[in-house]
Amino acid sequence: MKRSLLKSLVGGIALGLALPAGAALADDSIYVPLFTYRTGPFAGSGTPIADGMHDYLAMLNARDGGIGGVKLVVDECETGYDTKKGLECYDSVKPKNPVLVNPWSTGITLSLIPKAAVDKIPILSMAYGLSASAKGDVFPWVFNPPATYWDGLSEILKSAGGGSIEGLKGKTVGYLYFDAGFGKEPIPLFQTLAKEIGFSLKLYPVAAADMQNQSSKWLDIRRDKPDLLVMYGWGAMNPTAIKEAVKAEFPMDKFISIWWPNDADVAAAGDGAKGFRELNWHATGANFPALADIQKLVIGTGQSQTPKDEVGSVLYNRGVYNSVLIAEAIARAQAITGKKAVTGEDVRRGLENLDLDAARFKALGLENFAGPLKTTCLDHNSHSATFVQQWDGAKWVKASDPIGPDTARVRPLLDEAAANYAQKNAWPVRSEVCDNK
Amino acid sequence: MFYREAGQYKTTYAADMAIFPIRQDRFGVALILFVAFVIIPAFGGPFFLNTMMIPFLILSLAGIGLNLLTGYTDLLSLGTGAFMGVGAYACYKLETAFPQVNILVWIVTSGFVSAAVGVAFGLPSLRIKGFYLAVATLAAQFFLEWCFSRVPWLVNDNDSGAIEVPNATLFGVFVTGPNATPTTRYLVALTIVAALAWIASNIVHGRIGRMWMAVRDMDIAAQLIGIRLLNAKLLAFAVSSFIVGVAGALMVFLWLGAAEPAAFNIDLSFEILFIVIIGGLGSIVGAFFGATVMHLMPIALRALPPMVGLPIEAARVDQLTTMITGILIVVFLIAEPHGLARLWRTAKQKLRVWPFPY
Amino acid sequence: MDLLHAVFVDPVAQMISAPDLLAQTVWEGFVAGVLYALIALGFVLIYKASGVFNFAQGIMMVFAALTLVGLAEKGVPAWIALGLTIAVMYGLAVGVERLVLRPLVNQPDIILLMATLGVTYFLIGFGELVFGGNPKSMITKELFLPSGAINLALFGGRVQLQKLDIAAAAIAIVMVAGLAVFFQKTRIGRALRAVADDHQAALSVGVSLDQIWVIVWFTAGVVALATGIFWGARSDVSFALQVVSLKALPVLILGGLTSVPGAIVGGLIIGVGEKLGEFYWGPLLGGGIESWLAYIIALVFLLFRPQGLFGEKIIERI
Repeated sequence: MKRSLLKSLVGGIALGLALPAGAALADDSIYVPLFTYRTGPFAGSGTPIADGMHDYLAMLNARDGGIGGVKLVVDECETGYDTKKGLECYDSVKPKNPVLVNPWSTGITLSLIPKAAVDKIPILSMAYGLSASAKGDVFPWVFNPPATYWDGLSEILKSAGGGSIEGLKGKTVGYLYFDAGFGKEPIPLFQTLAKEIGFSLKLYPVAAADMQNQSSKWLDIRRDKPDLLVMYGWGAMNPTAIKEAVKAEFPMDKFISIWWPNDADVAAAGDGAKGFRELNWHATGANFPALADIQKLVIGTGQSQTPKDEVGSVLYNRGVYNSVLIAEAIARAQAITGKKAVTGEDVRRGLENLDLDAARFKALGLENFAGPLKTTCLDHNSHSATFVQQWDGAKWVKASDPIGPDTARVRPLLDEAAANYAQKNAWPVRSEVCDNK
Repeated sequence: MFYREAGQYKTTYAADMAIFPIRQDRFGVALILFVAFVIIPAFGGPFFLNTMMIPFLILSLAGIGLNLLTGYTDLLSLGTGAFMGVGAYACYKLETAFPQVNILVWIVTSGFVSAAVGVAFGLPSLRIKGFYLAVATLAAQFFLEWCFSRVPWLVNDNDSGAIEVPNATLFGVFVTGPNATPTTRYLVALTIVAALAWIASNIVHGRIGRMWMAVRDMDIAAQLIGIRLLNAKLLAFAVSSFIVGVAGALMVFLWLGAAEPAAFNIDLSFEILFIVIIGGLGSIVGAFFGATVMHLMPIALRALPPMVGLPIEAARVDQLTTMITGILIVVFLIAEPHGLARLWRTAKQKLRVWPFPY
Repeated sequence: MDLLHAVFVDPVAQMISAPDLLAQTVWEGFVAGVLYALIALGFVLIYKASGVFNFAQGIMMVFAALTLVGLAEKGVPAWIALGLTIAVMYGLAVGVERLVLRPLVNQPDIILLMATLGVTYFLIGFGELVFGGNPKSMITKELFLPSGAINLALFGGRVQLQKLDIAAAAIAIVMVAGLAVFFQKTRIGRALRAVADDHQAALSVGVSLDQIWVIVWFTAGVVALATGIFWGARSDVSFALQVVSLKALPVLILGGLTSVPGAIVGGLIIGVGEKLGEFYWGPLLGGGIESWLAYIIALVFLLFRPQGLFGEKIIERI
C-alpha cells in the first residue's frame, strides 16, 4: 500500500502540478480542446468528424493566423466514446482554460452538463446530447444547435407524411435505434405522436453489443412490414443496418435515417443502397472555397491525417460545421467583449448570439453550405430546418426542400423535459446576463 | 535493520494474529493514512484528485470486493460491472425517493440491494465451477445490463435513460454533484474505502475468511470438515456484492456524475478482474496495487508523450497505451503470477533480514 | 391467463400462421449459430491442447480479417494477401507460444486466462495502430465469395437464403471435417490428442509441447480468419465485431469446453434458440433479449449437466 501510494503520489504530483504550469498559456492564444474518437467501436463515425473539426480550425490558423488575430491552440483528446475517458479528458483540459468543449458523445455530455455552470466552460453538443438543453433559460451553459433529435424526428415524420405528420394516420412506423441515451430520447415524442395522430409504432432496439448482429431485428421488420422505418444509429450500427436492409430487400423509399450515416456507411452496402435517405442540414461535397483552403493549406502541407477523398463526406463536413460554430462563437465573443483572448464565459455569450445567415456563410467561404442559424438567450438551438438527402450510388443528392420542425408538437415536450430535469436535479435558476438586444 | 520484529513479544494469541503484528507496519499504516487523509487533500490538484485518486480508490474497493469472491473463495465472476451497476441504480432510486435522508446512508444501503442480487446470481455456484461459473456470471452481467436500459422505472423515466446525480450535502458541505469540490469527494471516498477495506481485512482474517479459504483450497474437503458450502459460497457472494455495490454507487455519485448503462458494461468487469489478478489473488492490499497498474499507469502513459514534448497524435497515444498495457499485463504475470502483493511480501521478507540475510 | 396466452399460445400461433417467417428465423439462427460455432471452435482447439481459455479468440478474428483487408487496401492482390494473413497468424501463434505460454507453463488456469486478455489488449492497440480504427469492407468479390440471395417460395411465402451465408455454412462444414480428419488420421493430430489427454504423459513419449501449441494456436488463427471473413462480409470489419465473439462463450459452456462436436451443436442450439426467442418472445419483454438469452439457455443446461453437453465428466477427487 505504501508503495502504490508513493508511486501514485510522485506521478500524481508531477502531473497535478506540471499540467497547469505547462499550460500557463500566453494571452495571445485561445485553447480549443477537441474530444475525438479515432479508436474503438465507434471510430468509423468518429474519425471523419475529428478530421473535419481539426482541419477547419487548423486552416483558420494557417490562413488567417487564428481568429481576430489570436492563434488557436487546437488539442485533440481521445475519448474512445467512453464516458470515463471523456471525463479524464475533461479534467485534463480544464486547467488550460478551454473556451468550450465538444463531447461528441451523449453519455459524456450528460456527465458534463452539471459541471458546465460550475467550471464556466460552455458545452457545444451539436445536434446530440440532451434535447432539453435547447432551452437557454434553463441550461445557460449548454448549446445543441442547429436542431434537436426531437426536431429531427418531427422533420422525418413530416416528410414521410407528405408535408405533415397527419399523413401517417393509420400507418405502421418502425423505429430502429441504438439502444442507449441517444436512441431512446425520441421515444417519448414518438409515442405521444403515435397516440395523437393514430399510427402504430414498432420499436426495434439494437444493443451496443449487437450492432453487427442485427438479423433478428430485420426479421421483426419483415414481419411487421412497417410503412416507414426510421433509424437512429451510430458507429458500426449504421453500415450493418443498411446492409441488412439491402439484404432483406426492404424498400429504400420507406427507410429514412437521422443525420448520422456517413458516405462510407452507405457505400459499403453496394448498389442496393441506392435511394437511401437521411436528414442533413449542410451541404456535402468539397466544392467550397473554405474546403479548398483546407485542402491546400492543411491537408496539402501534411498537417492533417485526413485522407484526400474524405473531404466532402457527410461526417467530415459535419465536423467542419461544428468548427464553424466554434470559430463563430469565438468571433462573436471577441466582438461582444472587445477582448482578443476570450474565456469560456465570453464564448458562452458568443454562442448565445450566433447569427449565421446566408451572407455570413458566403463571407466564410461556405456559400450555401447550410441554412441560417440564429441562437438567443432563450433558444440555444435555433430549431433549424433540415432537408432530406438521397444516396445515388456515388454521392448525396438533395431530395427535398428544407423542412422545419413541428414546433407546436415538439415545444411542449421540450418545456416539460427541461422542467423535469430542473426539478429532479434541484437545478439553479439562470443568473447569467443576456446580451440579446 | 529498520524493519525487524526483534524485541516485540507477543503474549496472546490475539496479538499474534493481529492484522499488523509488527510495530513498523503499524507505523507504516499510520503514515499512509496520514498521507492519504492530510497530505493528498492538502496538496493534490483537481486533476490529480478527480481523475487519478477518486477512481483509484473506487476501483480498488471494487477489487477488494471481487477478491473476496475470486481470491478467497475461488468463485470466478465476470459480473462485477453489473453488480456495481446494481449498487449505483439502487442508490439513485433510494436517493430520489427519499432525498431527505443523507446520501451517505443511501450509498451504504445500496450495497445491501447489490448483495441480495449477488446472492440470487450466486445460487448456480453450488453446482457449477470454474470457467463454467464465469459464464454463469456473464448471464448476470448481460441480464442486468439489459435491465438497466430496459426498465424505465430504474431511471425514473428519464428520457435520456441515464441516471443523474443530485447535489447532496453532509454537514452543510456539498458531497455529491458538480458543486462538491474534488477534495470533499476524495475524502468521502477515502473514508468509505478505508472503512470497508478494514472490515474486509478483518473478515478474511477471521472465522469466515478461513471458511472461505477452506472452500477455495478444496470444497469437498471443506464440506467433510463440516463447512456448509451453501452458506459459505452465498456469504461470499453477499459480502463481495455488497462491497462491489458500494463501489458502484461511489463510482456514479462521486466520480462520473451521471451514468448510462454502458458505464457498467463487460469491460468494467474485466478491468476489476485484472486489478484483482495483477494485484494478487487473496490479498486486500493487492487490490490497491492492481488499481495502480490498471488505472494510474495508463494515465501516466498517456500523459508521458506531451510532457516530454513528443508530437504524437491523441489517437496514437491511446493505441500505444492499450498496447503497452497489454504487454505489461503479460510481463507482470510472467514476473510474478501471484500478483504484486506477493512481490510486496517478498520485499518485506527481504527487508526484515536486511542487511544480514544469513 | 392473458400472460399465459401471450407466452405459450400466441408465439406458437404466430409460427403456424406464418411458416415462411419461422423458416427464415430458423435459417438466420442457423447461420448465426455456424459463426458462433466457428469462434467456439477456436476456443475449444486451444483449450483442449493447452488448457488455456483463450479470450483473445475474438480479437484474433478481428485482427485476421483486418490484416487481410488492410493488405488488400494497400494494393496487394487478394490471394497473396490471404497467404500473407495466414503467415501473420502463424507468426502470432509462434509469438504467443514463445513470449506468453512458455514462460507461464504450469500456472493456474486463471493466470493463463489473464495472459490471453493481455494479448487481447495488445492486439487491439496494435491493430488500430497499424490499420486504423475505421471499419473496412470485406473484399468479398476478390475472394470469389458469392453475393446475392436465393429466394425460395416455401409455405406460401418466401424464404431468403443469402449465398454468402450458404458459403459460410459450407466452408464451416469443410473446416470441421478437415479438422476431424487431421485429428484422427495424421501424426500431428494424434500427438495433439495425446497432449490434450495428458501433458506429462505426452511429453514422456516424445511429443514436443511447444510445437503442438504453435500448431493449435495457428489452427485457431486460421479458423479465426475464416470466421472474420464471413462475419466481416455480413457487416463490416471493425473492432465492434470483437463483442460479437462473446456470444461464443455460452456456446462453449453448452457444448463443453473440450468438445469439437459440442462447439458445433452448441453453436446451432444457441444461434437458433436466441433468434427464435428474440423473434417470438422478445416483444413481450420490450425486445433486445438476445443479449442475454444465450447465457440463460446455457445456464439452464448447466444446472443439469455441469460439464456441458459433450464435455468430459468432472470427477472430483479428494
